Amino acid sequence: MRKRFAGIDIGSRSIELVVVDDSGKIVISLQTDTGFDPMTAAKDLIHGVVYDCIMATGYGRNLFEISFDTLTVTEIKAHAIGARAFFPNVQAVLDIGGQDSKAISLFESGKVKKFEMNDRCAAGTGKFLEIMAKTLGFDIETFGREALLAEKDLAISSMCTVFAESEVTSLIAKGQNRREIARGLHTSVIQRAAGMINRVSSTGDIVFTGGVAQNPCMQRFLAETLGRNVLVPEDPQLVGALGAALLAREIP
Amino acid sequence: MSEDYRGMWKDLGLDLAGHDALLGVLSGAYRDIFLSQKNRPEGMGYFDFVMSEVHGLRIRELLDEKKTGRKIIGSYCVFVPEEIVLAANATLVGLCSGADFAMSEVEKLLPRNTCALIKSSFGFKLGKVCPYLESADMIVGENTCDGKKKAYESLGHLVNNLFVMDLPQVKSEQGRALLKSEYQRFRTAVEALTGVVITVESLMLAIQTVNAKRAAIHRLYSLRKADPAPISGLDALLANQVFFYDNPARFTDSVNKICDELEKRIAEKNGVFPEKTPRILISGCPQAVPNWKLPFIVETSGAVIVGEESCVEERGTRNLTDASGKTVDEMMEAIVDRYYQVDCAIFTPNPQRLEHIQEMAAAYKADGVIHYGLQFCQPYLMESIPVEKALEEKNIPTLRIETDYSMEDVGQLKTRIEAFVEQLR
Repeated sequence: MRKRFAGIDIGSRSIELVVVDDSGKIVISLQTDTGFDPMTAAKDLIHGVVYDCIMATGYGRNLFEISFDTLTVTEIKAHAIGARAFFPNVQAVLDIGGQDSKAISLFESGKVKKFEMNDRCAAGTGKFLEIMAKTLGFDIETFGREALLAEKDLAISSMCTVFAESEVTSLIAKGQNRREIARGLHTSVIQRAAGMINRVSSTGDIVFTGGVAQNPCMQRFLAETLGRNVLVPEDPQLVGALGAALLAREIP
Repeated sequence: MSEDYRGMWKDLGLDLAGHDALLGVLSGAYRDIFLSQKNRPEGMGYFDFVMSEVHGLRIRELLDEKKTGRKIIGSYCVFVPEEIVLAANATLVGLCSGADFAMSEVEKLLPRNTCALIKSSFGFKLGKVCPYLESADMIVGENTCDGKKKAYESLGHLVNNLFVMDLPQVKSEQGRALLKSEYQRFRTAVEALTGVVITVESLMLAIQTVNAKRAAIHRLYSLRKADPAPISGLDALLANQVFFYDNPARFTDSVNKICDELEKRIAEKNGVFPEKTPRILISGCPQAVPNWKLPFIVETSGAVIVGEESCVEERGTRNLTDASGKTVDEMMEAIVDRYYQVDCAIFTPNPQRLEHIQEMAAAYKADGVIHYGLQFCQPYLMESIPVEKALEEKNIPTLRIETDYSMEDVGQLKTRIEAFVEQLR
């Protein structure tokens, strides 16, 4: 049998597992919720999956390293490698995951040149959008599509999840259109993300990864705000795990 | 530390329960961060001992000095000239400020958005847990940043022996003249405190003593240029932190001893990390005991710290005082000249600091620079952006970190620092 290499991305909201063969082709991809016990969730996910070598990334990587005696790589490098697997020449990556977001610029060679991460809170991340969608009574899956149906933004000034939620609540109480509020929330998240990307990279295409990249409103607003081409891989939430798997393949 | 010191602490007015809690945290952190390192130089044993007795034996020594009529002067800044203190028969000690303590009390006196270092210095006073502060006959505050100079107005209500020294903010003729007149005023105040008039002999001896201490630490710095690194950045930082507490002559001997050992290690290529480990230069705010968060993360993320451009290390210690003066006035001029060169971020403009960072990056063969800024520390945070830009133009990878003394961002910092180290490989 051909050799198989696994990458596991243990994020705050979900865990992804990708297995590639020795040509780098994805042969297995799995996803589960992180829940309150990430190591058990990770163990269940890899149960029965056959691979020769595994590499962990994501915020749970160090815990996984201890429990499973494996190698680790940061989300930054994993996303850089994973994004280049889909788009070989790209030099900028924006990842918005469950509790953090990062902007990465790459050298032509694919090596990380510079990166930025959000500060300690979840402002402007997947968790923020999830809580706001719930407050507005939308499903997270349709939140972006609903926002795109609005004709204008209702400005949201706060990026703090707690303050933004009370701002949204008071807008609802004033009888404002919830799609317009949703659109305003998307705009404010994009403003923040665009600022991060601009600080590390000023031109060229951007690969958008992480669960939030599935949101069509985020995709469109990002491209419009930056005036740059935004590329989204087929399964953007798998990019980190894919990058880790591809790195595992390079280990001698 | 043994129970012997409880009476001493009580006499100093420390809060014993709070102090026990502080020492408990301190010794736990020390064990996890320092003693867990592999293949440490044997000479670190001395510094381990000093740290284990930092609130015990060293305080007893200071109190014994006081019994003989010697005075203790506490300082929060490297602009306080140790030469003047020693020459007037007093001992200079650094005051505690590297951990959050009694924060709810502190926030009654200082705004929340004050840097961790200033808040911490108040916390140690309000929590009654710093035996150095309580032993001091004079506490010197210095007008460096806005935060500190305004905080000293409030500190003045908490202690009865605060001497505030003004400092220039611009390197100009007037700036130097201000520093000189403030050092004269400080000298007069110290002489009045001790009743000892500074003489040619006492000032010369003091200059030589402090220069010897600095020369020893310079020797340690130069040995850190070797690859593999013969000493960890954590241990080197510790030696620099002890610089502020220990008896100067004994400190000089101990640093020279460890340097002898490091020279042997270098000859044998015996490093604390393997050869070609990514080498990091730290630049920015000072790291006071027990603020070991950043170096601990860096050195458990596959990199080694080879130099530190901060007040606790090279910025504070790098120049010697010219010892060729024949009169007290000439020597005072030399002291002013020496301290006037410190390139603290309170100066505007401050191009010497950027030059020094670049010199250090080259001299220590650093693969990258981490700029360490404390949240709400305007001078260093303001400089961090132009520093980053200038270094990156020279293709020196730079990571800007903004943090405080809390542990809540350790996971985030670890990811960022690990990713930075990956970038350097």
